[in-house]
Amino acid sequence: MRTFSAVLAQTCAEVPDRPAIHLQFAKRSDLTLTYGDLLSGAAGFASLLSRHGIGQGDVVVIILQHGEPLVYAFWGAVLHGAVPAILPPLTEKLLPERYRKDLAALIQVTRPRAIVTYPEFAHEVELAICAAAMAAAAPVMIAVDAVTPVAPDFAALGGLRREASDIVLLQHSSGSTGLQKGVALSHRAVFNQLDAYAPAIELSESDVIVSWLPLYHDMGLIASFVLPVLRRVPLVLMSPFDWVRAPIRLMQAISHYRGTLTWLPNFAYNFCATRIRERDLDGIDLSSLKAVINCSEPVYHSSHLAFLQKFARYGLSPRALATCYAMAENTFAVTQSAIGGPIARNEGGGIGNAGQVSSGRPLPNVRIRILSEDRRDLPEGAIGEIALHSDCMLSEYYHRPDATEQAFFDGFYLTGDLGYVLHGEVYVTGRKKDLIIVGGKNVYPQDLEQLAGEVDGVHAGRVAAFGVFNEDAGTEDVVIVAEAESDDPAERERVAEAVRQHITRNSDVAVRQVMMVDPRWLIKTSSGKVARSANKAKYLAEIMGQTA
Amino acid sequence: MNSNDITHTLSTYVTTQILKQPKRILKGDEPLISSGLIDSFHLVDLGLFIEDKFGVRIEDSELNADTFDTLDQLVVLIQSRQ
Repeated sequence: MRTFSAVLAQTCAEVPDRPAIHLQFAKRSDLTLTYGDLLSGAAGFASLLSRHGIGQGDVVVIILQHGEPLVYAFWGAVLHGAVPAILPPLTEKLLPERYRKDLAALIQVTRPRAIVTYPEFAHEVELAICAAAMAAAAPVMIAVDAVTPVAPDFAALGGLRREASDIVLLQHSSGSTGLQKGVALSHRAVFNQLDAYAPAIELSESDVIVSWLPLYHDMGLIASFVLPVLRRVPLVLMSPFDWVRAPIRLMQAISHYRGTLTWLPNFAYNFCATRIRERDLDGIDLSSLKAVINCSEPVYHSSHLAFLQKFARYGLSPRALATCYAMAENTFAVTQSAIGGPIARNEGGGIGNAGQVSSGRPLPNVRIRILSEDRRDLPEGAIGEIALHSDCMLSEYYHRPDATEQAFFDGFYLTGDLGYVLHGEVYVTGRKKDLIIVGGKNVYPQDLEQLAGEVDGVHAGRVAAFGVFNEDAGTEDVVIVAEAESDDPAERERVAEAVRQHITRNSDVAVRQVMMVDPRWLIKTSSGKVARSANKAKYLAEIMGQTA
Repeated sequence: MNSNDITHTLSTYVTTQILKQPKRILKGDEPLISSGLIDSFHLVDLGLFIEDKFGVRIEDSELNADTFDTLDQLVVLIQSRQ
């Protein structure tokens, strides 16, 4: 029987001195953790959980920045037999009150037994726990500064007593405000995913994975954290905040450690291509890269071209470009393009003349159906909702039987993504609902509309939020169109600014443009709802009119 | 370039290129980063713009609200390095 702890115990016995993770930092030199170091730190954390009375199967929410404590906390919870759930920390632009409210809502649904955070943030977490008002079952707050390693005694740790069907971790998919869903994955589901995915990326112990991705997202957590550690592939891990300030760090890490695999959302291709200075690339060698895998946002050919044009002279092979379609509900990958092979493109699809880029073929353990609105199977090439079945699907949305039931049809998980299958290749075309995907992050327009409506000077209910694809950025820009109560231009400018600030501070989403319009500008449906796509079309027409 | 010119150049860049609100007036003491007006992606753009325009390099580790949060602070930073 395979469980995380059983695999880790074996790894620790067989290759304790092999490097597991190279942690990178902006202001100190790299720290290499061998498997022995990693599991000693994890065991130290497990004993901390034990002292706080945390039991097997208890959910442990982890809110930590990049660094050793985060790594030890995740694997320590696993060794203890608890269920780790990594959540993002508060960022400087998000209002603490908003963060607290969301965290309190999550505590009420997920009912974690403990919340682990760093001492400076402990007060914030305590306030959220109070706000959640859980008389009997309030989680324990554990503030960690540093973890004292202890030699792991696997036989005494709770992790080895877990079953393959037990839940091993929760991934919180971004959801509508306050209603985040925790994707619960079993040991078995994760191992089935690794068994199917490792051959698809031709993974071997000679690979080196490099990542800046956050661990609260499936691409970071599974592909760039769990997979390398369980498969004995060395991982180079940096902070997403350090990467965004200096994207060159990714290239430096690949060059220095001879990185072979990295996963990036589409916008990162454009970001790296335009934000990295040539002179910083002096001496950089990217020839070790076997695959740069585009995942988690719609894939654009133009982004690949920009990336290749920038980095080919530094050794990047065109054959290293690859694509993947993934989601937390399937543990991670659903499809993968062939490693070293060209990526299929449907010349007739997509935007412009570039054609639509394939996300690859389904993994061997995944069955795909394309369903119509009334849930009939659609023929080859027809666009419908992508539904999937595999042996690595979620066990449930944690404590959300309602959401779990809604997510399935006939045993198939309904992804909410639209797409089609052509010659065995899966093409993802968009979302069934009006979801905005900006910088790899899913944003629900109704949340932004709600926030905009709270601002004085905006007609409540007379707001449309939508994403407009920005080819230079390789991702969508968030646009808000709101009907103004005043027709004074200066007042409208003030309200637009207030809307921008209010949304940014309450959602952590950067708004590209707020357009204030006259009353009755917005198009509504017959049922009185704001029609987002119609208003987006009207907005685009007006913008074109202005520039023409 | 005097500090008024630098302020004007920076302000124009931020309002037209980052905020897409050309009519917006930025006050010299208005928080840009801590307020969320400029997010981390655009901070990198701003750093590149400053280097091209003023020949002053702002290290990536300095691209945060601790180093500068307002136009006034940014102008002082640029002038101190020219």
